[in-house]
Formats: sequence, C-alpha cells, structure tokens
Amino acid sequence: MHAKPWGTGEAFVARLRSGDETAFALLVDGLHSRLLALASTFTRSRSLSEDIVQETWLAVIRGLGAFEGRSSLVTWIFSILVRRARTMAAREARRAPPVAISGDPEESVEWEPGRGRYGLWDKAPVPWGLEDPAALYQSHEALAVVLATLSGMPDAQRQVLLLRDVEDVPAPDVCNILELSETNLRVLLHRGRARIRRALDRYVRDGVAPPFANGLDGAIAGPETRYGS
Amino acid sequence: MNCYDAIDVMGDALEGSLAPEARPGFEAHIAECGACRNYMDQLRIARETLGRLPRSPETSPRRSDLITAFRRETRVEE
Repeated sequence: MHAKPWGTGEAFVARLRSGDETAFALLVDGLHSRLLALASTFTRSRSLSEDIVQETWLAVIRGLGAFEGRSSLVTWIFSILVRRARTMAAREARRAPPVAISGDPEESVEWEPGRGRYGLWDKAPVPWGLEDPAALYQSHEALAVVLATLSGMPDAQRQVLLLRDVEDVPAPDVCNILELSETNLRVLLHRGRARIRRALDRYVRDGVAPPFANGLDGAIAGPETRYGS
Repeated sequence: MNCYDAIDVMGDALEGSLAPEARPGFEAHIAECGACRNYMDQLRIARETLGRLPRSPETSPRRSDLITAFRRETRVEE
C-alpha cells in the first residue's frame, strides 16, 4: 500500500549483513515512526515507547546475522518489537496503577461473529453520497477523524489495524506477530474497521470532526502542522 | 445468506479472501440488500483511508548511536 524507501528482498538484507550503513540508515529512517506507532499501543508513556523502539533496533542489529528470511524483514522487526513491548510494558504496569480509559458507551457493544449487525448500527447505513471517495483521503479533517478514532480505540484493535490496514502486513504474519488466532484477528479487525466507519459516517453526514488528533506515533499535532500535503 | 451471515464474512470479502463456497450467497445478498452494500462500501473506504494516513518523517533521536552500534556489530561479524 505504501512505497517503501528500502528494498524488501534478500538483496537488501544482504546489504545490511555486509555492514552497509546507508542501507541501515534507510531502514531506521523509513521504519522509525511506524515502530513508534506500534510501540505506543502497548503503553501510554511516550518515553517508554521510545525505549521500546530503541531496544528493538539494538535487537535487530544483534539479530541480523541469525535472520533466516522465513518472514519478511519488516515482519521480523515488528515481531521483535511486540515481544520487547510486552515485556517492557508489563514491567511498567507493575510499578504504576492502570489508567482508566474513558469509554464511549455507544461503543461498549462490540460485534461478535454470528451476531451480525448487532452493536454496529442502529439505523441501516445510508450512502455517503461522495462523488469521489478519493477526495476523503485528501481531506485533512477526515484523516484527523481517522487518527483520533484510531488512538481512542482499544489497544488490541489498534494493533491489528496498524499492522494489517496501515502497514499492509499479510494477515498470517499479523497473527504470528501478535500471537492471535485467525478468528481473533478477524473479529478485532472488523471491530476496529467498524469504529472507523462509524466515525467517518458521523463526519461525512454531520460534519463532526475533532479539532486535533494524536498522530500515528502518538504525538499531538494540529492538522495544519501534521497533515500538510 | 442474511445480513448477519453477510457481515460475518464481510472482512474476508474486503480483503479478497472470501471462501469460494461463500461467494455466491454473499454476492446474492449484497446485490439485493442496500444496507449491507452501503456498509461494505463504507468499510472499504475506512480501510483505504487507514492505508493512506500521512507518515511522520520523524526518525530516531538516537540515530547516530544506532549507526555506531550497527558498525560495531557488523565489524565483529567479519
């Protein structure tokens, strides 16, 4: 879905293994904010997210020699990050009491397979009447709606949407990275996408948009600074 | 297939991984049910919007340390 600034194949891995610093710098620059976004689904602490990403990079450096290429390089790096994040966030959670997450009562009913549209809509969805859906992708407000919804949803849903829909990681790889069954992945993906759809529905039909949103990596930014094209 | 069944497999349909045996029933339902058709269209737009979120150009604040660590590690390998 996204153009990757680095190669994805064996040739790129070979460059890394041979100590090509330009290749490594490309990897860091291309992946850092994506890793930070994923790390921030495991903790509310920005500094812990940054530590998780730093530890991940160090593990990547140490592990390159043993990387067997059974998964793609990016999938391998995401797996390392998730293992580190779980350990490091659990350590933090023992020190600090959990923070209560403000719940939207409207979103407390979640879809379950076999329960169909229950919990998803009160009234049947009506068309958005967009002449050109692509215009939505270019709308700063619509992107801010999506980012705000993403940062407000339960962590497990945010993790699967980030990997599957934002990063376009293949579904079986997402299951491996997050240690999820195929069924769990489907349920979480559907719940997360349903939330995004509902938020876009409100925005398109009623013009409800947040004044600002957390960026993908958790940084708070106004639309004019972050979404400028 | 009714709306409930259709929504159960809608995620697979969105990703193009719908089981072949479910396809005729799903397609027939989508053809006759406006609500599910709208829902599916909107889920698709939601998914595509996620794939087009802007990227932060931010890189690691410890980038040069990482490059040093990379240099040290790959030198040891040789």
